[in-house]
Amino acid sequence: MKQRLDREVIAMRAAKELKNGDHVNLGIGIPNFCALYVPEGVLFQTENGALGYGSLLMEEELDQAEQCYTDAGGRFWRPAPGMAIFDVMTSFAMIRSGRLITILGGLQVSEKGDLANWNAGGEALGGTIGGGMDLAVGARKVIVTMEHTTKDGKPKIVKRCSYPLTAKQCVDLVISDLAVIQVTGAGMVLKEVAPGWSAEEVQALTEPVLILAEDLKEIDLV
Amino acid sequence: MGSKVFAGFDEAVADIQNGASIAVECWGVTAMAQNLVAAVKRKGVKELTIITHNFIPLVFFEEEEVTNLTHLLPQLKKIISPVVGLQRLGAGAFIKEFVDKGLEVEMTSHGTLASRLYAGAADLGGFYNPVGVGTILEEGKEKRVIDGREYIFEKPIKPDYAFIRAHKADKLGNLVYRGVYRADQPIMAMAARTTISEVDEIVEIGEIDPEHVVTPSVFVDRIVKVPEGGLGSVARFREMIGKLAEIELLRKLLFK
Repeated sequence: MKQRLDREVIAMRAAKELKNGDHVNLGIGIPNFCALYVPEGVLFQTENGALGYGSLLMEEELDQAEQCYTDAGGRFWRPAPGMAIFDVMTSFAMIRSGRLITILGGLQVSEKGDLANWNAGGEALGGTIGGGMDLAVGARKVIVTMEHTTKDGKPKIVKRCSYPLTAKQCVDLVISDLAVIQVTGAGMVLKEVAPGWSAEEVQALTEPVLILAEDLKEIDLV
Repeated sequence: MGSKVFAGFDEAVADIQNGASIAVECWGVTAMAQNLVAAVKRKGVKELTIITHNFIPLVFFEEEEVTNLTHLLPQLKKIISPVVGLQRLGAGAFIKEFVDKGLEVEMTSHGTLASRLYAGAADLGGFYNPVGVGTILEEGKEKRVIDGREYIFEKPIKPDYAFIRAHKADKLGNLVYRGVYRADQPIMAMAARTTISEVDEIVEIGEIDPEHVVTPSVFVDRIVKVPEGGLGSVARFREMIGKLAEIELLRKLLFK
């Protein structure tokens, strides 16, 4: 079995999209890990009402956990200078105003950039819509981190999503365990591949026909 | 004006009838009005509508340690929430037996819920929402194109009651929160007809700086103090954190 990128590497690559002065909302799962790799000067926002908070607490640091300092996924963080606390009306004004970059998980992304990430379809009851729909519509840039295929090897980057949608035509960049793909008006552009993977091998596991970037290269973590 | 301070939680919820709608925040149960929820469970009123942010079973703790909204399931007619269940815990499978018996679930998004509660608070007829276009949130609702962009018409939510977990109240009913306790509670407190707050501390009038008041007293009807070491108290939280380290599945959910 060929080696795919692990979660840490995907998180590292996603964090590369951020720069000093950006305000970012990180979703649950791999996006949360991006916090470990962001450059200086990036402010974190969580939809339950905090901006500019500090790093997430690791397991060994639980004794520092405060009941009042959690993110939307229930993870504990530490306060930081310059932090702001506010209510959800303020929070969602931030989220819907195009001021944030959002890094979200994905179950499926379609060729046109539709995102499905709250319900795995079928008989599934309930689901985790959360703030994802608001972030997907409102953010100035939507980055999705995800696995390229299902456990049975079926593509998760598809022509049309079969799972219930989070939002239509919202995704800008997909970072999977095999590739970095940009969603454009002309179609999905394959920009980077995991080490040891060819464009053809990645295409074989992707439903839409990928446009190959002129400077297609192995995933760039520098 | 009579005192807003109630000695106990059962008295504070005494007038809640079958069929009532209650807004309760639940972004992580640590910021939830657990004592008021436990009192409603004891009271046994039925056919309730719960408006919340997260409706997720807490399989790791006993009910006496942490009271959760899911403990009210047999008493519910309807849930309005952006999150029902968690993928890693089998999603919404835990509500299936209740859905089969008639429980209604209305999914929404966090931002949509915040705006619907604000619309309720401000007596608006509704608003046009760009979020949810092309998703299940559209179902059964009016859509409109305004300046070339599609919107869904969302109606206000006006709960009968709001259960608010604040940090400090003065005897007038001004509320101060702590950290992310705040979240959607100020909006819930304004949207509800009757707002009941449980707090760590009740102080004398004048002891809260007006600059720090987040929920002005006019919106708050009843105040009850959380007992030392009681449900949702900081002391109880510290005990839970101690246990959390031992619960493999919970550590996985939070740290992996």
